[in-house]
Amino acid sequence: MSDSYTSYLPAKPPETNIETQPFWDATAQGRIDLAVCDDCGFIPWYPRLMCPDCQSTSMTWTTMAGTGTVYSYSVTRAGVGRAWKEHLPFVLAYVQLDEGPIMMTNVVACDPDEVEVGMAVTAVFDDTGEGTAIVRFTPTH
Amino acid sequence: MSVRRVAHIAGVYEHPLREIPDKTVAQIHAQVAVGALADAGLTIADVDAYYSAGDAPGFGALSMADYLGLDCNHLNDTETGGSSYLLHVQQAAQAIAAGHIDVALITLAGKPRTGGAGPGGSARFSSAPEAGFENQFGMGVISGYAMAATRHMHEFGTTSAQLAEIKVAASTHAQHNPNAFLKDVVTVEQVLESRMISDPLHLLDACVVTDGGGALVVVSDAVAKRLNRHTIPVLGTGFGFKGANSGRVDLTYTGARTSGAAAFEEAGVTPSDIDYASIYDSFTITVLVTLEDLGFCEKGKGGEFVLDGALQAPYGRLPFNTDGGGLCNNHPANRGGMTKVIEAVRQLRGEAHAAVQVPDCEIALAHGTGGSMATRMGSATLILGRD
Repeated sequence: MSDSYTSYLPAKPPETNIETQPFWDATAQGRIDLAVCDDCGFIPWYPRLMCPDCQSTSMTWTTMAGTGTVYSYSVTRAGVGRAWKEHLPFVLAYVQLDEGPIMMTNVVACDPDEVEVGMAVTAVFDDTGEGTAIVRFTPTH
Repeated sequence: MSVRRVAHIAGVYEHPLREIPDKTVAQIHAQVAVGALADAGLTIADVDAYYSAGDAPGFGALSMADYLGLDCNHLNDTETGGSSYLLHVQQAAQAIAAGHIDVALITLAGKPRTGGAGPGGSARFSSAPEAGFENQFGMGVISGYAMAATRHMHEFGTTSAQLAEIKVAASTHAQHNPNAFLKDVVTVEQVLESRMISDPLHLLDACVVTDGGGALVVVSDAVAKRLNRHTIPVLGTGFGFKGANSGRVDLTYTGARTSGAAAFEEAGVTPSDIDYASIYDSFTITVLVTLEDLGFCEKGKGGEFVLDGALQAPYGRLPFNTDGGGLCNNHPANRGGMTKVIEAVRQLRGEAHAAVQVPDCEIALAHGTGGSMATRMGSATLILGRD
């Protein structure tokens, strides 16, 4: 995690549920924990407790490295609601974690025009103030 | 079981207005229902099956069937976003083939322009399992599709100028449609110089936001034969679901790959047999990727395919969206599938505007995309013919 990073995008508390509470609890401690299938090894994103590949319900919450690469992205410059307007332009992205899953996120703390497909990124955690954090990524330096 | 030629589109109606501040959504559903039934030479009393989707207010088909005064025992409220109405045609054809129904009414209506509300059904999304994992990042409809465009450009070298050709073709057609929301012809340069909304998609890469609606009447062979109308046989139908695949995201293709293959197989035709195509055009990238997935060109070659006026009626290689499409004419209730079917029927009847009527149009394709290319979508394809 970047030591100099300061959260700035909206970090509204997410809608949580009992199935994915361990994921959210981990984010508050600066970790990405995902449910890994004990039977086939698949790591579904978003996390869920029945493996969509083999239907196993034996899933173990496991900490990911928190690093990945940009699969795709878009720089939003207009056309957003009030909460996001003051943050234009911002980068919406899909990031592929080194462990495999591709997750929706933002790439933050960089010039939006520097973001590229394939860019290496590292997770940062934006505290929502309610025991959860939003997982975003910054370029890996 | 094939539904080839068991169902016929007997009536279509597109609401002529693009801003309807003085009517309720239910009223617009009723207006277009009566319009399509009149086009078929039928009335509300003839309807024995009713289909609606997430734009239908209240309890969906239950509320609307009651409001319309329908006396029918076959209701279907399948919701796949903008593709719903093409899927409804397939489902109506299946119900006709099973002998359950003879006259199906399908309606769409909404007021995103003057009503202040998005399409119906949004209440369902708050408890979606994906909600907490996708609602935190400022994703709008356009930025999701923009990520698909970015990836397509990265993998295949597609350019913004190629995407712009799609808008240019749509605008060339819209100039002849007096009801079109945008009637001005635009150039590639104008698209590229329009305001960037979400890289790499500009304002003119996006569809219009309009009030409005439309309706279809699908009937059995027996009913079609006794109507004094140019009815359109449904030759082939297909539906394809494509999700985010549990984190194995691939933004370079759509559910059209599945829906198109199924529809072509059922119809017994190939892409080269298609005289006219209505292609869902929420954004220019939607069209480009869909053309590839339907097999009009190889994967990754959509950018080349749309050049040289390929999509322009009447003489392009594949005339598309001759009403101006969602990019220029109409995208009622933020759902473009209904109008895709309606313009395909106009072409097959020879009732498109003379300037864009495809000569000897015998086989047409209509394609709908619902949900989002960025996450989960339902794609539906119809192949329609002539009797």
